[in-house]
Amino acid sequence: MIANAQAGTPVAGSFAGGFSWAMARDLRLAWRHPDEAVLTVAFFALVASLFPLGIGAEPQLLTRIGPGVIWVGALLAAFLALPGLFAADYADGSLEQMTLSPHPALGWAAGKIAAHWIVSGLPLTLLSPLIGLQYGLAPDTLAVQALSLAIGTPVLSLLGGACAALALGARGGGMLLALLALPLFVPVLIFGAGASEAQATGLSATPHLSLLGAALIAALVGLPAAIGMAVRIAVD
Amino acid sequence: MTGKHRSGEPDVLQVRDLACRRGPALLFSKLDFEVAGGELLCVRGPNGCGKTTLLRCVTGLTRPDEGIVSWHGESSRVDPERMRAAMAYAGHLPGLKDDLSAEENLEFSLRLRGAPTTAEQRRDALAAVGLDKRRRLPARRLSAGQRRRIGLARLALDPADLWVLDEPLTALDDAGQALFVELLDRHLARAGLALVATHHRLAPTSGVVRELRLA
Repeated sequence: MIANAQAGTPVAGSFAGGFSWAMARDLRLAWRHPDEAVLTVAFFALVASLFPLGIGAEPQLLTRIGPGVIWVGALLAAFLALPGLFAADYADGSLEQMTLSPHPALGWAAGKIAAHWIVSGLPLTLLSPLIGLQYGLAPDTLAVQALSLAIGTPVLSLLGGACAALALGARGGGMLLALLALPLFVPVLIFGAGASEAQATGLSATPHLSLLGAALIAALVGLPAAIGMAVRIAVD
Repeated sequence: MTGKHRSGEPDVLQVRDLACRRGPALLFSKLDFEVAGGELLCVRGPNGCGKTTLLRCVTGLTRPDEGIVSWHGESSRVDPERMRAAMAYAGHLPGLKDDLSAEENLEFSLRLRGAPTTAEQRRDALAAVGLDKRRRLPARRLSAGQRRRIGLARLALDPADLWVLDEPLTALDDAGQALFVELLDRHLARAGLALVATHHRLAPTSGVVRELRLA
């Protein structure tokens, strides 16, 4: 005999409910398969280490290109995990259940992005000072570098998430995603790398960081809703 | 079986003038039907006649070309959250995560429905569908029928008033089909509604069974 659930139990959706659901589930899935997170970090470390080998270990040159190389490496590494962000849920029907849940799309979309950032952007940010040491960056530049990544990588996750949702169901989705997302990452890259470069040359990094912060706020306000809408279109 | 605790309002799903085309083909048009509490509406018809599309139009996953779906007299386009909160949908895709265990899948799918469960409830529900010993195995290690049974456990724990099920008996063995009918019985007995697309004959002992034939 199967006991049915109590009839008439109120079912209520909320932003917090959807957010915590998506974040808890995606983090548990990432924990079960840590290879993806490890791959992201390893890719970042590798790319950043290849440059000194390729262009020579002249200290002055390395200090000059360090901030830019680290940012490009972080950007590409953050991109690595994007194609699977919604595609797996799309393929197994979880996205249908998510669009039909009483929780608003805003909640679970933001939760998925937050989980993606914790798995990709956060480790990259934490690792960046170590990579920066390879390039002989000064301690204050290292600090600004980490700060710019801390503000910039969530923007990358949000922008990339929106592109991943838009590319759902398209043939050759991975390639399309690269064409869609990488150009949008450019402003973030310019201001992110610009911040540590300004710091290294004795200028103030504040303008760059403020612009990054503004981009983060704009992305936080607008993109989760856009992701929800793109997903709704994709499951139709 | 206890009745529903609601304000005397009849549970009615109403569909008016529904039409949907897929590319150049018109699947159905001017479709009218309603489902009341305690009623099972079986959608029947040959392959490709639009059963799945009809179900998806009712849930709101697919936008119909014309027509209105109302829940408790209110168009689901106006207030989709209200209908979604009262509806459990099971389509062709299972919505299960291969890397999570049967128990975790159950936990997360019910949390997503806004109906959190206790570990004990989940254990009992999985035991009732015969997955007692396999509840900690990742879903990828389960057979197609066993994965379907996770779906049965989900239905058992979901407090939804309306079930929208697309071929719920696929891959289930005789015992599994009997389990489903038993669940359906209890759902109808507590004045639940069910809209089911199936090629099987469903004969629950309680509730009213009606058929909708798509040409």
